[in-house]
Amino acid sequence: MRANGTVFKYGSNVDTDVIIPARYLNSSDPSELAQHCMEDIDKDFIHKVKKGDIIVADKNFGCGSSREHAPIAIKAAGVSCVIAETFARIFYRNAINIGLPIIECPEASRGIENGDQVEVDFDSGMIYNRTKGTEFKGQAFPEFMQKIIAAEGLVNYVNSTGI
Amino acid sequence: MGMTMTQKILAAAAGLPSVEAGQLIEADLDLVLGNDITSPVAIHEMDKFKEDKVFDKDKIALVMDHFIPNKDIKSAEHCKCVREFAARHEITNYFDVGEMGIEHALVPEKGLAVAGDVIIGADSHTCTYGALGAFSTGVGSTDMAAGMATGRAWFKVPSALRITLTGKPSRWVSGKDVILHLIGMIGVDGALYKSLEFVGDGVENLSMDDRFTIANMAIEAGAKNGIFPVDEKAAAYMKEHSKRAYKVYEADADAAYDEEYTIDLAALKPTVAFPHLPENTKTVDEITEDVVIDQVVIGSCTNGRISDLRTAAEILKGRKVKKGIRCIVIPATQAVYLQAMDEGLLRTFIEAGAVVSTPTCGPCLGGYMGILADKERCVSTTNRNFVGRMGHVGSEVYLASPAVAAASAVTGKISAPDELGL
Repeated sequence: MRANGTVFKYGSNVDTDVIIPARYLNSSDPSELAQHCMEDIDKDFIHKVKKGDIIVADKNFGCGSSREHAPIAIKAAGVSCVIAETFARIFYRNAINIGLPIIECPEASRGIENGDQVEVDFDSGMIYNRTKGTEFKGQAFPEFMQKIIAAEGLVNYVNSTGI
Repeated sequence: MGMTMTQKILAAAAGLPSVEAGQLIEADLDLVLGNDITSPVAIHEMDKFKEDKVFDKDKIALVMDHFIPNKDIKSAEHCKCVREFAARHEITNYFDVGEMGIEHALVPEKGLAVAGDVIIGADSHTCTYGALGAFSTGVGSTDMAAGMATGRAWFKVPSALRITLTGKPSRWVSGKDVILHLIGMIGVDGALYKSLEFVGDGVENLSMDDRFTIANMAIEAGAKNGIFPVDEKAAAYMKEHSKRAYKVYEADADAAYDEEYTIDLAALKPTVAFPHLPENTKTVDEITEDVVIDQVVIGSCTNGRISDLRTAAEILKGRKVKKGIRCIVIPATQAVYLQAMDEGLLRTFIEAGAVVSTPTCGPCLGGYMGILADKERCVSTTNRNFVGRMGHVGSEVYLASPAVAAASAVTGKISAPDELGL
């Protein structure tokens, strides 16, 4: 599995309130949530993002509220992968559970800029910055995580394995 | 090597003699919690399971608290979805208008969390019950769904930071100042993936309400959980509120901690977190310029308990909220509301010019009941001051204790109670 897209770069402590503001949490419809994704930190995001694009951030991405609506909105906006120096723990869990690929890689976080073209190989954990011609070794996705992503979420995966 | 208090609880729930940091385990759950925002997503996920059943109708708590009484049609539809699910599965602990409260005040009050429990909740402030000596942590809706279906959840065993509390806090210093001080010291990711284990002689000088406030905001330092030892005060609280048997776990003497910090409670001063992160703390005497405000909110899962309202009322008694300031007081549960009424606190608030709301999370997350306009400032006893958290992206939230919030309502700028001669 590979991801390939243009990077939207953010700083540290991007909280789930700016990823999807609570004023929109009266809906749980992914496409509706996606329309407001990143709205309070980057109004242009939803107008510019294309299917397959990648979010790269610094430390503690997804901190704050446990709202699963945050990774749901990012995924439904078409983002194929989020790379960060570190993730807040609830966001990390939620992203895996809904099948949004995420990678912790401090070197990639530092070596990738807004607008760079980046390719990610989930099997090897390699991150290629095609704009700068650099590459970074992130953690490879364990098989079960790839299966959850392929099944589009934990519940579908559990159902398919008959556990 | 010995285990931390958290590790001992997790080992027992996983049926293992011992665990170590980093180990992946599967544990039995004593309670699975959700609210009106996160439960509908979990219920939708549960629909995908082959069997429509819950693991134990007595061990699930569904609390409608964020947008209720419903603020609009969509939130009404969400509550309806949860209400129907609760009825279909005969969920014992379903709390709707008239019975509800803010979940993290309500769950301990109803005796649903006790020492030794393993609890997950689809709300990040589920870490509150660590005040009682339970392992409790926030998760997302899918984990909540899996928990409701199976009664189990997987965890990566956390390492811990040990926070030793010594001394006795001074007159206007409370649990809120303790946790804001700690977050200011270690940062919003200072405890990322880890436990915050509070110990020391100072613990006995903190009320249960103070401890709930401190454990509640462990997540604001990135922690997986915050936890307190079970002393006489905790035991008395559980005896008063719960019929369930509890189990006391203590950290081993040789338990390993990633880092250790000591906080002298006697040295703490009223503390405020400036926009837009809880780590941007200043003590009130470090604030050199007037921070003029528009609104004050006293309430939330962090500071809407009876002792919080008593402190605020003590300051507002015989005083007036400054003209032009909106002061919104929100008792966290119906029981707190009644108690505040019996003690005359509600009269004090209303005579001072504040409004008193039914229990709701409302303004804390920018839901309703006190949304901020562009460039407005609010002193709030809530837990997050992120960009746009309570309304417009151009608004500002200053996190503080009920004492500072009430004093600020009187002066119209961020103030400590001693500025009023108290």
